[in-house]
Amino acid sequence: MNAENQAFQPQPVQSYSPREFHRQAHDALGNPQIRGNFRKAMDGLMTKRRDSFEGWDLETLRELGANIRMRALAKLPDLLEQLETNCQANGIRVHWAEDGEEACRIIREICEAHDAKSVIKGKSMVSEEMHLNAHLEAAGIEALESDLGEYLVQLNEQTPSHIIMPAIHLNTDEISEILHEKTGTERTRDVDYMTAAARQQLRERFMAADVGVSGVNFAVAETGTLCLVENEGNGRMTTTVPPVHIAVTGIEKVVEHLRDVPPLYSLLTRSATGQHVTTYFNMINSPRKEGEYDGPKEVHLVLVDSGRSSIYQDNELLDTLRCIRCGACMNHCPVYTRVGGHAYGTTYPGPIGSILSPHMMGLEETRDLPTASSLCGACGEVCPVKIPIPDLLVRLRREAVGEGRGNVPGAGVKRTRKEAAAWKGFQWMATHPGVWRSGTAVVGKLKAIMPAKLGAWTEYRTAPKPAGRTLHALVKQHQADKPSVDTPDKEQR
Amino acid sequence: MSARNAILKRLRERADGPLVAPECDFAVVTGRGWSPDERLARFERWITSVHGEVVHTTRDDWGDALARVLADKGVRRLALGREHPVAVEARLALANAEVELVDVDRDIEDWQQEQFERVDAGLTSVGGAIAETGSLWLWPTPDEPRLISLVPSIHVAVLDAETIEDTFFDVMERHDWARGMPTNALLISGPSKTADIEQTLAYGVHGPRELVVLVRHVDADTEESL
Repeated sequence: MNAENQAFQPQPVQSYSPREFHRQAHDALGNPQIRGNFRKAMDGLMTKRRDSFEGWDLETLRELGANIRMRALAKLPDLLEQLETNCQANGIRVHWAEDGEEACRIIREICEAHDAKSVIKGKSMVSEEMHLNAHLEAAGIEALESDLGEYLVQLNEQTPSHIIMPAIHLNTDEISEILHEKTGTERTRDVDYMTAAARQQLRERFMAADVGVSGVNFAVAETGTLCLVENEGNGRMTTTVPPVHIAVTGIEKVVEHLRDVPPLYSLLTRSATGQHVTTYFNMINSPRKEGEYDGPKEVHLVLVDSGRSSIYQDNELLDTLRCIRCGACMNHCPVYTRVGGHAYGTTYPGPIGSILSPHMMGLEETRDLPTASSLCGACGEVCPVKIPIPDLLVRLRREAVGEGRGNVPGAGVKRTRKEAAAWKGFQWMATHPGVWRSGTAVVGKLKAIMPAKLGAWTEYRTAPKPAGRTLHALVKQHQADKPSVDTPDKEQR
Repeated sequence: MSARNAILKRLRERADGPLVAPECDFAVVTGRGWSPDERLARFERWITSVHGEVVHTTRDDWGDALARVLADKGVRRLALGREHPVAVEARLALANAEVELVDVDRDIEDWQQEQFERVDAGLTSVGGAIAETGSLWLWPTPDEPRLISLVPSIHVAVLDAETIEDTFFDVMERHDWARGMPTNALLISGPSKTADIEQTLAYGVHGPRELVVLVRHVDADTEESL
């Protein structure tokens, strides 16, 4: 597609829901611009990731990453308490929230206690997950995203389509148009001009903001340290300029030791964007101390559960919590690359989203997501902490049809009596050779009456044709003819 | 029950029972064994690959190098500390230069607008550097606060060549970071950047547009006298 010859309009504001996955995926597949934008971006990201691990013993590093995360999970309740104790000793106030709603309320109340009217935000997927911006705005508090991609998406009244690159679905011309319409900049393809314009607009806002809200990449129990990974400097601005900083994170983000951080950081930047390092690695330990001249005077940490402790109960599902949110699984997913992030209708799209969202939103809402995969295995192969994503997708498919342990919210929602009976029948047939053989023989005999049109199947494919003779019959025949097999002049016989 | 206790209770009373913590072998992130020359070469290669500038100078002459860099970049107002030897020497070296020196030992609330709009560059020392990733590490102090390496358009960092270490893990372990962390610890690897507009790299988003690293080498004659 030649992007330059088209007239560009910012994409219409739409709301997406995981319930509508099939329709949304269908729409996205028919949108050459979305497909072009994602294809180009994902191809680039896959190459960059591969190149960035050159010379590394990647398997050993992944093993270490997985073990560090596993160790943290094995000690999770103790580490959370240790984190709390050390943060408090450093002067950071710690809050706990059962769900997103409670976390939103905690953050709003901190803002209100400071009479805050404007909040500047660093990138935080947890805040997206709990719809913090909408919550604050309903309370009359403006929440402005400062990560460039998040800022663009917010200007366009959209949600991020990728957990690392929120505006990956937009191309240069669309972004130019959004900035022009919403902020009055010139229409241009000059990325430096647009970046400089956003810098100028947001610098004013950093200075004026009453509160900064950020996420956390790793929370270190041993020292009470909050680590933030970023390139733009907006994360440092958000956590240093406003008088109050609120960090919000899921309870699984804790690691035990400070030394656990370098390997995970190494895996994260390379897996995410193929960078050997990001511009900034920001380690926050306390609010401004006596005698210091800058930094927030108050720092808060909000620990959010939102379904994570229920994932934690199950030995197999537990692996989901190892995730360090690099996005490599979506970058390498053939389904994500084709349908884009919005089609999933969830905060976390792609393979990780499909194994995480059902726990947060229930399988009623997300029933189709575990099937949004060809089970090609790429996500599991590139995962820096070795989460067996394909196995977990299969597990959730089983849960959805009521064949699992029943410990995922909405388990059994896709179970239909007809389908269950059909599979039960199939199982019985397949384990009774006599029935199976006579059954398949009958199908072969009746193939003439099979309809040529089979609904959705034959929309794009030809109808399957049962063989005239079953494999069993052919093998039997073959074995009967066996004495002649080795005869060289078989053809002439 | 409070959210805290309810969450911890659920985690402690885990349905599938207690978990076993695996052993972690950190060999893959340490033990590079690079020579000082290799460390310097790697540091320089990586940091210049992300638009950091490296200027080689000596312990004795670095003040002149600093003055030249500031003149080349048209810096008129430079924010810097007072007590760190780097700041002390810089103040001496720039005494006769056409650069106004901006004091940073005052509450940010009193000069935020000035720092954002009327300071061209910030000068800082660094704790050291990391060869593997081309990163500087900084522990900001009241003398060199957090924002002077972030807000001004140019960040000039002063690094002693012999303080470059192999990996991030090595820096943490050798300097025993876990024993006591400062208010804020930072790795800085290049000027601020983004690729959020169709993956096109652009420098100078929210932080500095330029990062200049003055690498100070021990002078040959100084070395002999040691």
